[in-house]
Amino acid sequence: MESNPVEQELAPEIEDIVEERISVASQRQLIWWRFRKHRVAVVATVIILLFYTTVLFADFLATSNPADSEAFRGLMPPQPVSLFDGWKPSPHVCAVSGARNLVTFQKEYVRDCDEKIQVRFFARGYDYKFLGIIPTDRHLIGMSDDTLRPEDYMYLLGTDKQGRDMYSRLLFGTRISLLIGLFGVVLSLVLGIVLGAISGFYGGLIDNVIQRIVEITRSIPSIPLYMGIAAAFPSDWSILKIYFAITIIISLFAWTDLARVVRGRFLTMRDEDFVTAAMLSGANQRRVIFRHMLPSFYSHIIAAATLALPLMIIAETTLSFLGLGMRPPAISWGTLLQDAQNIQTIALTPWLMIPALPVILVILALNFMGDGLRDAADPYSN
Amino acid sequence: MLGYLIRRLFYAVLAIWAVTMISFFIINLPPGDYVTSYVAQLAIQGSIMQFEEIENLREFYGLNQPMYVQYLKWMNQIVHGNLGFSFEFGLPVNDVIGERLILTMILALATITFIWLMAIPIGILSAVRQYSIWDHTFTFFGFVGLAVPDFMLALVMMYLGFVLFHFSVGGLFSPEYVTASWSMGRVIDLAQHMIIPILILGTAGTASLIRITRANLLDELRKPYVVTARAKGLSEWRLILKYPVRMALNPAISLTAYILPFLVSGSIVVSVVLGLPTVGPILLKSLVAQDMFLAGSIILLIGSMTVVGTFLSDLLLVWADPRVKFEGRE
Repeated sequence: MESNPVEQELAPEIEDIVEERISVASQRQLIWWRFRKHRVAVVATVIILLFYTTVLFADFLATSNPADSEAFRGLMPPQPVSLFDGWKPSPHVCAVSGARNLVTFQKEYVRDCDEKIQVRFFARGYDYKFLGIIPTDRHLIGMSDDTLRPEDYMYLLGTDKQGRDMYSRLLFGTRISLLIGLFGVVLSLVLGIVLGAISGFYGGLIDNVIQRIVEITRSIPSIPLYMGIAAAFPSDWSILKIYFAITIIISLFAWTDLARVVRGRFLTMRDEDFVTAAMLSGANQRRVIFRHMLPSFYSHIIAAATLALPLMIIAETTLSFLGLGMRPPAISWGTLLQDAQNIQTIALTPWLMIPALPVILVILALNFMGDGLRDAADPYSN
Repeated sequence: MLGYLIRRLFYAVLAIWAVTMISFFIINLPPGDYVTSYVAQLAIQGSIMQFEEIENLREFYGLNQPMYVQYLKWMNQIVHGNLGFSFEFGLPVNDVIGERLILTMILALATITFIWLMAIPIGILSAVRQYSIWDHTFTFFGFVGLAVPDFMLALVMMYLGFVLFHFSVGGLFSPEYVTASWSMGRVIDLAQHMIIPILILGTAGTASLIRITRANLLDELRKPYVVTARAKGLSEWRLILKYPVRMALNPAISLTAYILPFLVSGSIVVSVVLGLPTVGPILLKSLVAQDMFLAGSIILLIGSMTVVGTFLSDLLLVWADPRVKFEGRE
């Protein structure tokens, strides 16, 4: 909180008030004030919150069941929503009909804008349970049923090879990919904090051993290794089992970073007065570590975890993309991008690459958010 | 100095040992043992093995004995240069990997060189002209480069290559050179085909090296010796290149050791997407087919190579920054 001397002379009272507010503010408040100044990080945080909201409401936001396939509507291009019909506001999509080109044998779709399919909020769609509890068939957007004919359909982001709705699949993929990252971070936090704390608190031989393990782990290329382990999962495992196994694997990607952060903090904090005081008052080691030392750098841990999250998401997406992670019928960003692997798909059906956009956006946003958190984590430094 | 080197060497050996353990673990992961799969494979092809033959094979690989004996026997074979047999290709593993391993190494080394050539000048420029338009541009691209996964960059490059230039990105050789023996033409052809993979692989590394060089140089530029040098009348660029840049380079060298494993990981994925004839696609293929001797050997070889590379860059750091040997790393 530097201020220039002229200002200070002009408005000493205001300066005093600011000064006083800062000196009585809690640490949480100081962190928030500092974080707020980092505009990009705030925007990034909003984006991340929006994404995690879609995780909660994926089926409410979806327009059709992600597993429903219609072979004769495969590889349909996106149908954009038009908000106006002439000057009248009337959200609609154009009807699309497809026929096979008899020369190239490619399926070709023609948009027919004379036939409009009306779109409305809170439309009826397939049945699901809202938040997993309340059974309903209302979705945020959908085809309005007063003018609906049975042959009408709406695919906002087109369809994949099996004629499944890309938009709905993308929402469900977001759910799995973001949650798997979150669980992975929790696991590697546990691993990183326990090992980092032991290493930094006790020091000496045990520190040396743990540091060598960290160093060795870091010098081995991770992707081929985890590919090897992931490939060995039996093919008859259920989706849930694979999900947990993949979570464990990707949590191994980042624990070393977290362990390093935690260890460094413990090393600098070991000789602080409040730690000595706690020990002298007879607190046992577990209490000193978990009640006194850890809370004093929660903010650093949160920042480190935020920066570890994109690593996890990349790891899961990469493994699934290669066909070694989540397996269909499970939907994740990686399995969605599997369809975009070869040049033909990219050239003829570029909308299959759309899942790349949220991946890049989320990873960028997480990095900016983590950066902002890291800067704000220590509000007493200047 | 010697003590430090011996310690680093010891860790490198430990790491390689860890890699062998992990590779062995991966080889043994699928249900059933090697000989069972081998016999099954032969049965599919229509030939049936004698019972004694099977027993002999089991004896050879020590499959009736405890795990550590199997490990030792396997290690013994490896030390003698025999990596086992690949079902998928019907060839000894050595023959399958051969040239691909060399191409993997060439790709990794070329990418490291690229990272250095790009990142250090840009890092210096960003620090000296802090908050200039260049600085902001590179910082932005740096963030994007760090954030976008390699395979996605490869997909985007393929898309752009196709849409803008109507040419397909992929492979490391033109058709006429794929099976040709090494010649000047083949080397040039390889170099041309490597440009895009290097760009893809090098982006993340370049971004982090720019950030580190910039941050370190900014720290150095504020130190009193820079003021002294300026006061005695050295020209600005000469001054910067002669003192602070040299100091700022050391962390850049140690970062190379850190980047290498990521680079190798990335090259596997990018090779799969772009169809490069490195070990990447073979590794994926062997894993999908559960051809575990091939997969285990590839993991073992690239793992060990990475460890050796890391060790070499540690040596480079000792040579460049004599202070390291007193402090150890951290």
